[in-house]
This record gives sequence, C-alpha cells and structure tokens, in this order.
Amino acid sequence: MDINQKYTPQSWPDHPETATMEGKNKFIGFWLLLAAETVTFASLFATYLALKDKGPSGMEFSAAGLFELPLVFAMTMILLTSSLTSVYAMYHMKNHNFKAMQAWLGITVLLGATFLGLEIYEFNHYVHLGFGFTNSAFSSAFYVLVGTHGAHVLFGLSWFIALMLRNAKRGLNMYNAPKFYLASLYWHFIDVVWVFIFTVVYLMGVIG
Amino acid sequence: MSSIAQKKGFGATIWDFMTTVDHKKIAILYLISGGFFFLVGGIEAMLIRIQLAKAGNDFLSAGTYNEIITMHGTTMIFLAAMPILLAFMNAIMPLQIGARDVAFPFLNSLGFWLFFFGGIFLNLSWFMGGAPDAGWTNYASLALASEGKGIDFYSLGLTISGFGTLIAGINFLVTIINMRAPGMTYMRMPLFTWTTFVASALILLAFPPLTVGLFFMVFDRMFDSNFFAVEMGGNTIIWEHLFWIFGHPEVYILILPAFGIFSEIFAIFSRKRLFGYTALVFATILIGFYGFMVWAHHMFTVGLGPTANAVFALATMIIAVPTGIKIFNWLLTIWGGNISFTVPMIYAVAFIPSFVAGGVTGVMQAIAPLDYQLHDSYFIVAHFHYVIVGGVVLAILAGTHLYWPKMFGTMLSEKLGKWTFWFFFIGFHLTFFIQHFLGLMGMPRRVYTFGADQGWDLFNAISSAGAVLMAIGIIILLVNVVMTTIKNERVGNDPWGDGRTLEWAIPSPPPFYNFAQTPLVRGLDTFWIEKMEGNKKGMIFAEPLGDIHMPNNSFIPFVISLGMFIASFGALYFLDDDKPWALPVLIIGLLITFGSMLVRSLKDDLGFHITKAELLEDAKGGKTDGH
Amino acid sequence: MMKGIKKWRLFALMTTLLVFLAGCGREEISTLIPAGEVAQDQFNLLILSSIVMLFVIIVVSIIFVLAIVKFRRSKMGEDMIPEQVEGSARLEFLWTAVPIVLLLVLAVPTVYSTFDLADVSTMDVQAEDGTSTHLTVNVTAALYWWEFEYPEQGIVTAQELVVPTDERVYFNLISADIKHSFWIPSVGGKLDVNPENVNTFYLTFDQQSSELEDGVFYGKCAELCGPSHALMDFKVKSVDREEFDQWVTAMQEEEPAAVEGDLAQQGEELFGADGLACISCHATSGAGGTGGVGPNLATFGDRNRVAGYLEHNEESLKNWIEDPQEYKPGNLMPEAASLNDGEALSDQELDALAAYLMGLSVEE
Repeated sequence: MDINQKYTPQSWPDHPETATMEGKNKFIGFWLLLAAETVTFASLFATYLALKDKGPSGMEFSAAGLFELPLVFAMTMILLTSSLTSVYAMYHMKNHNFKAMQAWLGITVLLGATFLGLEIYEFNHYVHLGFGFTNSAFSSAFYVLVGTHGAHVLFGLSWFIALMLRNAKRGLNMYNAPKFYLASLYWHFIDVVWVFIFTVVYLMGVIG
Repeated sequence: MSSIAQKKGFGATIWDFMTTVDHKKIAILYLISGGFFFLVGGIEAMLIRIQLAKAGNDFLSAGTYNEIITMHGTTMIFLAAMPILLAFMNAIMPLQIGARDVAFPFLNSLGFWLFFFGGIFLNLSWFMGGAPDAGWTNYASLALASEGKGIDFYSLGLTISGFGTLIAGINFLVTIINMRAPGMTYMRMPLFTWTTFVASALILLAFPPLTVGLFFMVFDRMFDSNFFAVEMGGNTIIWEHLFWIFGHPEVYILILPAFGIFSEIFAIFSRKRLFGYTALVFATILIGFYGFMVWAHHMFTVGLGPTANAVFALATMIIAVPTGIKIFNWLLTIWGGNISFTVPMIYAVAFIPSFVAGGVTGVMQAIAPLDYQLHDSYFIVAHFHYVIVGGVVLAILAGTHLYWPKMFGTMLSEKLGKWTFWFFFIGFHLTFFIQHFLGLMGMPRRVYTFGADQGWDLFNAISSAGAVLMAIGIIILLVNVVMTTIKNERVGNDPWGDGRTLEWAIPSPPPFYNFAQTPLVRGLDTFWIEKMEGNKKGMIFAEPLGDIHMPNNSFIPFVISLGMFIASFGALYFLDDDKPWALPVLIIGLLITFGSMLVRSLKDDLGFHITKAELLEDAKGGKTDGH
Repeated sequence: MMKGIKKWRLFALMTTLLVFLAGCGREEISTLIPAGEVAQDQFNLLILSSIVMLFVIIVVSIIFVLAIVKFRRSKMGEDMIPEQVEGSARLEFLWTAVPIVLLLVLAVPTVYSTFDLADVSTMDVQAEDGTSTHLTVNVTAALYWWEFEYPEQGIVTAQELVVPTDERVYFNLISADIKHSFWIPSVGGKLDVNPENVNTFYLTFDQQSSELEDGVFYGKCAELCGPSHALMDFKVKSVDREEFDQWVTAMQEEEPAAVEGDLAQQGEELFGADGLACISCHATSGAGGTGGVGPNLATFGDRNRVAGYLEHNEESLKNWIEDPQEYKPGNLMPEAASLNDGEALSDQELDALAAYLMGLSVEE
C-alpha cells in the first residue's frame, strides 16, 4: 500500500474499506468492538430497567411524569437524518468523490452537534426541575445510560472532525478510506442505540 | 534493518521492549509481569495459610486478612493467570496459524501496557492507605461500606487493565479470522489456536458487563450516584449479576486456553494426532457458549426463586457434557500413543485426575439445593482451586516448560522441572483436597480466624502444610529459570523432537518476521505431515521469497497507558478537599493520554519493508535450524 | 532402612485414621451430621451426587492408569510412530450419552428439591383462631450480630435463636445494613440476607440441642461482611414444643424479674439511662419490637456465648465491655470509656455490670 498513490474514480476499488489487509483487519476488528459496545449498552439498559422509577420513599419524579416526547422526538429525527447523510458521504467515498464526501460529512457533524446541544439542554432542564444525578437510583441510571450515549456522540463527532481536518488536503487514499468508513459505521451504531433509548426510556417511560 | 543478530546494551534492550510491537516480545513482557504478579499473589496465599494454620491465630489482623484475600483473588485471576495465558497466546498463536504478527501490533502493545499499569496501580493500594477488602467479587453493599480508597483502587485498576484485556481479545479474534496462512482452514487450526479464539470471544463479550459494573461502583463511591444505594432505590443484586455475567465466562477465559495447551502437549508427547479433533473443537465452542448461560449458579443462595435456580442448575449441569467429551478425547489421544514423560507431559497427565476432581465437585454444586450447603463454604474454595490450580496453573507451568524454548531459545532443566512438579502437585492436593471436608464441616470461606471449638484445627493445619510444598515447588522453578538463562544453551527449531504444528518448523526464538515465506498448510498438524513426508524444511511455501512489510516500533502505547495511570491517581483523590494537587494530576494524565492518541492518529505510521536481500542474508547469517 | 519405612507406614496409617475420625466434624455445625429434614435432604443429595461422581472418577482413573502404564515410550520404543487415529463416532456418542444419562439421574431430584425447599406456601396458613399454625421468625442481620423477632408472639431476642423441634420454622431474612448470609450448617443450607428484600425459607429442627455436647447448634454468617465476618456467629437452641411455649411465655413478661443482689443492682443502675445509658441501645425485656440498635439482652444470662463466640463467663463479658473493638473489630458498640466521660470503668463497675447482665434470664 502506497499512501502517495493517486486514484481516479476508475482505479478506485469498489470496496476501498476492505481492499487492503489493514483495512480488512480494521473492518473486522471494528465490528467486534461494536459487539462489545452492544453488550455494554445491554448492561446499561438492563440496569436502567431494573432501577426505573426506583428511588427513596416519597420520590417526586417518575418516568411518566418527567419525560416530554416532542423534544426527544425532534432529537430522534435529527440523529436519524444524520445517519442518512453519513450514508451519502460513504456513497461519495466509494465513488472517490472527496469533496462531496467532505460536504456530507460536514452536514452529518452539524446535525450531530445539534443533537448533542439538545441533549445538553434536556439534561439541564431536568436538573433545573430538581431531577439531579444523585437524586435517586432512577436518576443515576437514566443519566448514565443516556449520558453514555451522549459521550459516544461526542466521540463520534470528534472522530469525524479529526478525519476531515487531517485529510482535507490529501484527499482519499487506501490508508484513510477504511477510517472514514469505520467512523460512519460507528455513527450508525450510535444511531441504533438511540432508537433503543428512544423506545425503552422515553416511549415506554411516558406510556408507563 | 535486520537487527536480530546485533548485541544490544541494557538500556537499548529496555527501550526496545518499551516500544516493541512484536508479538513475541510482548509475549515475554506478559510472561514476566504475569509471573511477577503470580509471585505476589502466591505470597498473599502463603500469608492466608499461615494465618489459618491454627485456631485463633493472630498473625494477621481481621482487616488485613480481608485485604489479603481480596488481593490474592484479584491478582491471581486478573494479573497472573490471564496475562500468563495471554503471553502464550501472543507467543504461539500467530506462529501456529503462519502469520507474521497479530492483526494490530500497535494495539497489542497498548493492551499490554494498559494491563501492566492497571496491575501496578491496583497493587500500589498497599502503600497508599490500604488495599481493597471486599473480596475479589467486591459485592456492592460491602464495597460501598468499605472505608478508605481500597475499593477505588480496585475499580480504577481493573477498569484500566480490563481495557487492555479487551483490546487483546479483539486483536486475537481478528488475527485468527483474517491472518491465517493459505490452507489453514478453521478445521485445521491447532487446538491452542481454537481455544485462544473462543477465549478471546468470551473476553469480548464478558468484559463489558464488568466495566459497566465497575463504572457504577466508581460513580456510587465517588459521585454519590445510587445504583447500589438501597435507601435511595438502588439494588446491590445488580452488581452480583453484572459481576457474574462477567465472572463465569472469565473462568472459561482461563480454562479454555489451558485446555488448548494440554491438547498440544497430549498430541506432541504421545506422538499422536488428537483423538476426535472435531469433537474437541465443538466442545470448546459449546463450553464458551454455555459459559454465558450459567452465571446465576453463583447466586443460588441470593433468593432468586426456585424457577431461576432450577433453570440455572440444569444449564450448569449440561456443561459437564462437553467437558467430559474433552477429557475422554484426551485419554484416547494418549491411548495407543507413544508417551514420553517430559515435564510438560507430566503436568498434562497430572491435570486429568486433578481437573476431573474439580469438575465433579462443580457438578455437585450445580445441584442447587446441595449448593445451599456448599456455597461460600470451604468446599467452594476447594472446588475452584481444583479447577484453577489443577487446571489453569498446571497448564501455565506445563506451558512454561513447553514453550520456553520457543520463546527464549533455551530449554528449562527437566530434572529441576520434575522436582517442581512433585512438590507443587503433592502440595496442591494436600492443601485443597482437605478443604472440601472443611466446607462440609461447616467452615465458611473468607473467615480470618476460627475458634478451637469448631473442630477445624487439624484439617487447616494440613492444608497450610501443603501450601508450603507448593511454595517450594515454585522456588525451584525460579532457580530453574535463572540457571537455564545463565547456561544459555541454544536449541533448534523443534527441541522436543515431536512438534506437530507450525511454530516448531521455525527457529527458536523465531526471527522477528516469523516466516520469511508464508507457509502453505496442507492439513491438521501441518509440520508433522511435512516431517512424515520427509520434507527437510518442515514447510512448503505459499509465496516466493519477497519483501516483507512490518510495523514500526512505537512508544505511544506506553505513553497512553502511563497517562491513564497518572490520571487514575488524580481521579482517586480529586474529591478530597485536602489534596488540591489531585485535579491537575487528573487533567495532566488525561492530556497525556489523549494527546498521544492524537499524535497517533495524525502521524501516519506506514511501517517499513524488509527486503529480499536482507532476508537472504538473515537466512545465511548463522541462523541454525537445529539439524 | 526397612525399619524407617515401617515407622513411616505406621505414621501414615495413624494420620489417615485420625483424618478419618475427624472427618465428620462436630455435630453442632457439620453438614455431614444432619439434624433437620432440610439438611437431611441436602445430605442425601450429597451422597447421591458423590456416588455418581465417584463412578465417573473410577472410569476415568481406570482408562487413565491403563493408558499411562501401557503406552510409555520405554515400552513402545524410541522410534515407534503410533497410528494417527482421527477419532471414533461410536466412542464419541458413548461419552456424550452416558454423562447425559448420569446428569438426568441428578437433574430430577435437583429440580424436585429446589422447588420443595423453596415452598413456603404453608407459612401463612392460619388456624381457626387466626393465629399461624407455624412459627415464623423474622431474622435481621446487622454488623456482626443477629436479631430474632417472633412477630406472632410479640417477642424479640438476639444472638441465640430458640426454636421448637419437629416442626417447620419459617424465617424471613433481611439485613439492617449490608449483605450477610444465614447458615446453620447442621440444620440446613444457607440463604442470603439482603439489604433490599426479604428472603423467606424454612428449616426443621429434628434434634434437641440439649443432646449436643455444647448444648447449642452453631449458626454462621456465610457472606463476607467486613473485618469481623468470621466472628458473626449465633447459636441455636432447639427445644420441644412444650419447653418452647414456656420460654415464649417467660419472654412475654413485660417487666423483667427484679434484680437480686447489691452488685447486680448497682450494675442495673450503671446500665440504665442515668449510668452509662447502655439501655438506649440494648433492651432488657424480650417483649418488644424489632429494630434495636444493639442486641436485645433479655436472655443474656441463659446464653451460651458472649458476643456470639466468646466463652460465656464474667471474665469475657468484662473484657468485651471494656474494649469491644479488640474482640470484634469494626463492630458498632462504643468502648465503655467513651460512655463514661472518657474514663475507663473501674473493676468494681465492671463486676457490677457483669453481675447484672449474667442475671438477666428468662429460663427457670
């Protein structure tokens, strides 16, 4: 693999993310990492469900009374859209269209940042209501589950930004194509986790 | 570029090991640090047995005793047994599949340094206000009530070293999936590679629950969250579930590679193909699979209800079937073979009755109502030492003798090895067999003392005497290692003479690129096949001699881990009002870690090439093949 | 030379014999000498599984010994290359099927017994007059002591459980602080005492504890709970129903019997609110509710041990009062001096307290 080799859309392979041995290793390794992440979130979800609405006697807050769907629904839509835009970015990556890829990734980052901003707003709102981290077992479980997801979003954003800046001048090659691909894979994973959070925490929370 | 033949200064050697990404050198690092922690855990074990040698002994105080049992368990499992097995996996597995290195050499190094610094951090608790004292299982209500910083050392230390182990697990999985030599199909992989594969999969899926539990523990103790705070709605049983969802597979993470090592030994020293290879492989996979379904058998007395207890009891019993399949296949491997009783083989042979004894008591404990009596008594102490010492530690000792020549190029003394074996083996049974009866006689585990009125004096004294024998055995092993290293008699490719798999087809120790030409594998026990067909080279090749791409050494893994290590001290103390330095330390540590990660991702690391000319020179340059 | 061997043999024989004789342990605590229906069931499972497992061990051992004796290199020849057998489907089937059958033999009684031992459905069965037909004891575990409340009878005691023989006794277990585990080895297996939920099970006491050498069964905490986990013992007195009823009646007396003797009376004063105020944590009447800060002492004089494990005499009692941390590290009882404005108690005061406490008794 030569990092300085220049590609044209014609010479660019169909699956640049797995065209090299390193790429293939990263591809498999990353899927395995996602398996580990899945177990991590499964543990967090299980804990959340076990501790849902549990608190000291006379606790003021419960899932049904606390969560408000409109904001969360908007967040969900934003994150789902960002997943879609990252798909577009990967489409252009596979066609060796660097500029279009960067543009779509930029949109993805903007959407992701909006999501994160709304999440911070949401947390802030709850804290102001008096639903703090140390409030009850329920609040601890809620903040740790949703906060862990938020931390993943933050990491995903940083990853995208670092990749975009680092490779802004040199364009796509066989060395960085797998990295772009994995970052977007990670982004999809974050999205899927959020769908579960939306369902298990918010929808099931509000419904009861 | 070819640096193997050059003599290096001491400083240069240290630097080399600190920056190496070579799986064989990382294996040596794992072996040395795992060995060191094994000795630490062993000393703790001796202190335990001294304290319990007689009724009402006051050699250790109650609090110190609890610290010692906690650290003994934690050290032996996380910092001794697992790393030493990782050493063998690192040293041997890539060779067995004909690979030049693991899939992610950089991450391999990172995994080691994380484990290393996590282990050091955990053990520094002894000098910094007291070690953790809630048992290696660290049950939540006791852990939350524990004063001092011990439990925080436990949580942070295990989190760091746990990340290291997880990285190692992913690395091995990808290596085995992706980097097998041509012809090395899954069903031609040596059994040690198979067990490495399954154990790595278990690491991948078992460590996250532990990490989650440890995070809850940190949050509860340091940031006043309420996961386990009962009066705030928390639930301590969650910890037990998370811990054992990790903890039970952990047992198989340890025992499966041990099975792998013994499988290799039985085949080599019986000069016979493994009997029922396919069955052995599937039994391995099944054991790994069941490993995740049985965690609640550690919790029979928690009060989960009869339905849960019955289901988990039956699930647990089923594991006896694949394990039994393995035992009988090993027996049939040596049956009709030509057995040479070298030190590794003696360990392997001794393993069978020892492990069967541990296995049957395991089935007895699967009987939930009976377990109400056995649980948390000395019976269980006896049981898990029979499987861990009688299985894993015997495998580690066997593997040390078996793979020493491949890792260091010298042979450990067979004579001293046999002395070690007999002391250790007799001491082991003396120590632990009798503990079954102590448990049945009503002695709970984790008691720092017992009264003379309980009727347990004699058996405890016998048990302590056995421990002394084990210690003598280990001391002889150390002498053996030192003498062997001083003598430095180099050996050839296949020092045992009956090697069957690829690692024995190349020099001991192998060149840093392992295989100058990637081998072509024609069947199970490929080296044996070539030998039998009279192929002097021991291999046929899948490619012509050409340039080899190798990764660069890197200091970054060390620095990333060091940063985490430093940050942990900050995290430990930054909530204390009297320690204003702690917050800066935390920040500096994190900056070091993330800064070096940033350097890593911004700086392209494309590796280097060994040219064909260099390889040819290397082959000429006095590299003996031993024949 | 021969003589040396003979001596060694004799020594080995003696040791084996000694080990064998000691092998069952003390009847007060050994699971191998069951003294109740539950322990008996569990012991039977132990024997059944041991037999099955012994069979496995024997089969493996025979193959094992034959293999390592028959196929040694010294017999087979240095250069002999054995046939490279791949395996055998028939054998493979055999050693899969046989263990499954053996496991079935174990599985059936396991499942039966699991449900049987957890069956507490008769616990709340009431007689016509509305009282329970069975005795229920609420057990509260605390850092290093045990409280036993008899809710139906309205009495409470500590450290020494008193139960009637030959009937099911139901236990509700809960912890006041951290996790413990309730275990009376010779009467039945353990059950954890969790801080977050009540665990319920039953035991049957088939033997009167007065028949035992020490007069009581030994109970243990089986879950690591801190420094003094090893010392968190309790004792069990099993008496026939009649004697038990008498004990209950005596316990129900609200007013403890008048204290006799000057020394004891002085001790009572010291114990009281105007003295060291021991009474603010330790009740001295058995008639009362649960939730004491320290163990109820109504039956102190009848007990078998001081602090659960020290010999029951005034000497250990005085030592204990003077410095509880010395004897049970990490327990919550304050040193006597700290209740006495920092001054150590005089010998005379200690004698008085001891005399008073030893006089607390509900038995005739």
